[in-house]
Amino acid sequence: MRYVYLEKNDLGDFICHLKKSHRVVAPVRKENQFVFADIESAEEICLEYIPTILPPKKYFFPQKEKLGSFGMNDSRLSDMTVEIEPTIIFGAHTCDIDGIECLDAVFHKDPADPYYKKRKKSIVVIGYECMFPCDEHATCTTMDTHIPKAGYDAMITDAGEKFIIHVNSNIGEKIVGTFPKVKPADDEARSRLRKLREDKIKKFKTKLDPSFKELQPLFQRSYDSPVWEDVGKRCLSCGNCTAVCPTCYCYDMYDEVRLDFTGGERKRVWDSCQLEEFAMVAGGENFREERSSRQRHRYYRKFDYPMSKYTKYFCTGCGRCTRTCMADINLSETINALNKEKKNV
Amino acid sequence: MCSRNETVNQKMEKVAVDPLFSPMEGTIVKTRQMTANEKFFEIELEGGRELGHMPGQFAQFSIFGIGEAPISISSSPTKKNKNTFEICVRKVGTFTSALHKLEAGDKVGVRGPFGTPFPIDDLKGNDLLFVAGGLGIVPLRSLIKFVMDKRRDFGDVTILLGCKEPKERLFTDEIEEWNRMTDINYACTVDKAGPEWKGNVGVITTLIPGVDIDINRTYAVVVGPPIMYKFVIKELLKKEMPERQIILSLERRMKCGLGKCGHCQINNKYVCQDGPTFTYEEIKALEEAL
Repeated sequence: MRYVYLEKNDLGDFICHLKKSHRVVAPVRKENQFVFADIESAEEICLEYIPTILPPKKYFFPQKEKLGSFGMNDSRLSDMTVEIEPTIIFGAHTCDIDGIECLDAVFHKDPADPYYKKRKKSIVVIGYECMFPCDEHATCTTMDTHIPKAGYDAMITDAGEKFIIHVNSNIGEKIVGTFPKVKPADDEARSRLRKLREDKIKKFKTKLDPSFKELQPLFQRSYDSPVWEDVGKRCLSCGNCTAVCPTCYCYDMYDEVRLDFTGGERKRVWDSCQLEEFAMVAGGENFREERSSRQRHRYYRKFDYPMSKYTKYFCTGCGRCTRTCMADINLSETINALNKEKKNV
Repeated sequence: MCSRNETVNQKMEKVAVDPLFSPMEGTIVKTRQMTANEKFFEIELEGGRELGHMPGQFAQFSIFGIGEAPISISSSPTKKNKNTFEICVRKVGTFTSALHKLEAGDKVGVRGPFGTPFPIDDLKGNDLLFVAGGLGIVPLRSLIKFVMDKRRDFGDVTILLGCKEPKERLFTDEIEEWNRMTDINYACTVDKAGPEWKGNVGVITTLIPGVDIDINRTYAVVVGPPIMYKFVIKELLKKEMPERQIILSLERRMKCGLGKCGHCQINNKYVCQDGPTFTYEEIKALEEAL
């Protein structure tokens, strides 16, 4: 909608301005990694970070949440509520913003998820553009998630001596536009951004051999590839890769009964297709018994299936699955192995 | 640090959400122990409202403190008393064991119906071959009863039934009634039986070569365990039955029924919405289907 300048010295005041109206969460350091957490002031924020342990998904779709309460003799759920608080996710990278768009596609699809819908409405996203590639595991360049496009209320770009803020929604305007120290950007701001990004993309190398367009066709040819056997042999079936994924949304439901046995809560919790019992039915039949078929399922849920259902890849290129894997299963290596094999045929 | 008067502690606000995950109240009006492990339940919804299902659909049944489980509806929407519907449940896990303890008058939660029904519009005007293995008769009964109630909308009807032993047969009274009807072809087989059993012995596929069907105007509706599908489909294809005229119903562990939770996914299909009924043509290329 419009561009404004923010002096770097004014970032601290800007954060205080945001905190006047919202809870603010931002990337902070946690030992040698990063997490999104509540912040008190700008000093706690670490804007140059490799993707956080968990993506901002946790604010839209918490790891565990109450669907409703019940008394032991009830037939219906009561207290079907969600606790919300106007929140700003500050400093989200473009890959994670893409992840939020994937979750939107799933949870807003009819029948829309009522809990997600309410939370989503209470959250404002102020992004922070990466000007350098974060590490060797990110594949955002191929996934085309390294340049800000949409999905945010405001996007901050480091333009050297000051920040350029792209204000991209009404709520973004309400929050950023009311900070007295931002100055309307001159006509040059857009061309400066263009120039910055021309220089930036030279630093962003692709790590995947296939291109964005070649990915789905590659997967459609690779279902019976021996690469899945290899990945399956190494997989420990721990489910870390799906827990940290910004687009994984599978869940389980269960009842938690109070100790006095008078009632309890029906809850849902993140689940993982990598766990052995995930696709098992009551009689014991398991439709993805092998680790290789479960890993393959995970990859196909990123690069093939969602293309037909949501016309969108469900991989943001953030690299979290590779960073977290205890067995060194590496997304780039897997995809490049598939690609190489298909070339040799 | 922001000065204290600059920050406000935003109040956490509790807002109500749509009751998408809440069951309706169901009351069990009748139960019947069918076999050692299978029990039949007739259920009435709160305020006498209709479930509004079609044959082939399922619902999530709920007992608070235990959880939910997807179970297919066994009665036809054409049933005379529209205020109740029926299910038949095998005791196999935590939920179904708890359900088996319930009797008439007890409450059970019901969420649904969910899923794509059998393609009744396609079946109309055609001959039907029903193949039920084991518990497969439970969801198929909904469709068979629908067809019986609208008999003249359909052509020849053949029912093939298979189970492990004679004592595992379900709905024997109804089956005998179907058998007495002149406008139904019916055959039953058991995998093994004692000398008192006078019927066929052998797996269900042994009945298929003998059935007289016109493949150009017959739909086969097959419901049973995964292993049965492979062999039955092979026999049907041997008769050159077109793949789109073979209808199946697949079992998965649906948790949400809303196309989200991921448990019922077969490759790119969500069984809770795209299924549980499929044509063989739709799923033949999906490795995880059978």
